[in-house]
Amino acid sequence: MYTTRSILAAAIGVALLASAAPGIAATDDSIVLGAAVSLTGKYSTNGKNTKDGYDLAVKVINDKGGVKVGNKAYKLKVVYYDDESTSARGAQLVERLIGQDHVDFVLGPYSSALTKAIAPVTEKYKMPMVEGNGADRSLFTQGYKYMFAVLNTSDYYLRAAVNILADEAKKAGRDPKSIKIAIAIENDNFSQDVRDGVVEDAKKYGMQVVIDDKLPADLNDMTATLTKVKALKPDALMISGHEKGAVLGIRQVAEQKVYVPMLALTHCDSAQITEKFGMESNYAFCGSQWDVSMTYTDPWFGNSQQYADMFKKAYNYDPPYQAAESTASVEVFADAIKRAGSLDKDKVRDALAKTDMTTFFGPVKFDATGKNIAKSMVMYQVQHEKYVVVAPAKWAEGKPIYPAPTWDKRETDSKVTRK
Amino acid sequence: MSNLSVLIDAPILLVQLVASGILVGAIFALVAYGMALVWGVMNIINIAQGEFVMLGGYIVFYLAGAGVQPLFGIPIAAAVMFVFGFALYRAVIYRIVGRDMFVSILATFGISILLQQLANQLFSADIRTLPSGLPTLAFDNGMVTIAGVKIVGFVAALVVGVALFVFLRYTRIGRAIRATAQNARAARVLGVDTDRVYATTFALNGAICGAAGGLVAMTWFIQPYLGLTYTLRSFMIVVAAGLGNLPGVIVAGSALGVLEEAAGFVLGAEYQTAFIFLLLIVLLIGRNALLARQRKYLR
Repeated sequence: MYTTRSILAAAIGVALLASAAPGIAATDDSIVLGAAVSLTGKYSTNGKNTKDGYDLAVKVINDKGGVKVGNKAYKLKVVYYDDESTSARGAQLVERLIGQDHVDFVLGPYSSALTKAIAPVTEKYKMPMVEGNGADRSLFTQGYKYMFAVLNTSDYYLRAAVNILADEAKKAGRDPKSIKIAIAIENDNFSQDVRDGVVEDAKKYGMQVVIDDKLPADLNDMTATLTKVKALKPDALMISGHEKGAVLGIRQVAEQKVYVPMLALTHCDSAQITEKFGMESNYAFCGSQWDVSMTYTDPWFGNSQQYADMFKKAYNYDPPYQAAESTASVEVFADAIKRAGSLDKDKVRDALAKTDMTTFFGPVKFDATGKNIAKSMVMYQVQHEKYVVVAPAKWAEGKPIYPAPTWDKRETDSKVTRK
Repeated sequence: MSNLSVLIDAPILLVQLVASGILVGAIFALVAYGMALVWGVMNIINIAQGEFVMLGGYIVFYLAGAGVQPLFGIPIAAAVMFVFGFALYRAVIYRIVGRDMFVSILATFGISILLQQLANQLFSADIRTLPSGLPTLAFDNGMVTIAGVKIVGFVAALVVGVALFVFLRYTRIGRAIRATAQNARAARVLGVDTDRVYATTFALNGAICGAAGGLVAMTWFIQPYLGLTYTLRSFMIVVAAGLGNLPGVIVAGSALGVLEEAAGFVLGAEYQTAFIFLLLIVLLIGRNALLARQRKYLR
């Protein structure tokens, strides 16, 4: 009993000391950004992408002289905490970053869910936050004034697929109204938003949504949905469920030889579908926030290819778009702070709102709700086990292959290539 | 209800749903059998059951990376998980045998969180899957397709099930396990070393889960947080089948698989899981009513 009590006393003592210690931030020559990202838990892979993206941006911006505020050059610095992929922890840690560590500004976490948990906190403290990994549309209907997002909202992930369907229908002399779409999504905010985008655009063209399934969160088998696809023969099957959805979709569609002229997915590159499945991933369409073939440039990184090279050199893997959008978030801060000419939170917030810049990731310009309205997404198709950008036309490296060949046709194809 | 009319128009799809339901259910049944064994013999509900499956999956996955055929990886995974189960018994589980069931649920829940986080640290949260490299069988112009790997999984589940049955029935330790399950005190009186029986049972459960994990990695995918699905599913199967009833577990597993596929088809995927749990509640209420009538009769 005695020992327990003394341990408790010691623990309280340590805690008091820790809270009394001066904050990390506000040293003379550095601007401190705070970030709670998922280094453990279910988002840890993408959390690492996010952190690597931030770190590379900070390193490159500092190497090129840092951020000029008035006549003084400041270095950037990031304080990280691990939110363990849980919302409650994320909100707690941001309170701590602001209240105890006195960071100057806040960078976003990974995922819409975590961003949703954090935004009310940054808003409460009137703390500007730039984020690159929360794409759920509902983030932008809350009237937040201090949150800015560099990426496209999630409803845009597969809109391009619907447009391609409409184009191809016109080319083939078909009425778009005869096009049938099947949707299977995981039941979370992000995927729900992806689905809504598809449904909105399908309605625009008068297409019919014949299957609209929401897979349970513990999904590991979508046979029931795929059997329906076999029966109703839609022109396109659109699947969204983060990495899990992409892996399951490619795997089971191929395994059960379900034929759809178009299979469209999200999260293909981070799920590494070409590496995992090879020829089975062929002809899949994938929505993405960014691609190395884009030719936007900025003074820090040059173009996307140069960014990708730098990233690979630093971290030994190709940057997924999750890293690129994180890097862009830091660039946006650097730009806004410079224009504000001050570290004052409200001045920087106003400067952020007036952002009109180009980064390697794409143009950035925020609307009143804080979302980026200048950038568009890209749509890949896996062709010969490689990602080929097929839309928008400006960045297209190839034409979309539609309809995809049937499975018996594909097997002979692969035998040819294997020889 | 338009989905139902599709099914009536093309009854061949029902064959697809039933076939894949049975094949999928067998793997769940395997995991459930391990749970029933531990529950019946030791009166412990192992919440970490799904995590054992996950570990088995990772063992087969990494062996495959080192060039071992996944099918040969399965017995190795089973052996490793046997040792793991044994070690876990000696470290933790022996302390909770014979205690209140609540204690065992808490303890194994703790173990499951620990294993999840360790797996996340060691293997990362990436989703892994093993290409089976097996062809797909197609019938009736592709309306019914069955992936070769699911048949392999089904056969392997059956083989493990039969092996287990033979082991429990005819070996000395198997008989001791059954005796302990019936009455631990009487077994002790008759000279059965129940501590050893418990250790073997728990290790055996580890081996079963290890094998099942390999099948899961080959059929679907693995990631550190898949455990709960398997724990819940096997819990449900055991509740439906009753303890110590091997054929019952396999039938219940497959039946749940079929019903799940059918519900997913007719009601939509979002009600797939909900339907199964609803069924469980109905089952429990029904059984309770049945037993109540029996008691009345006995009185």
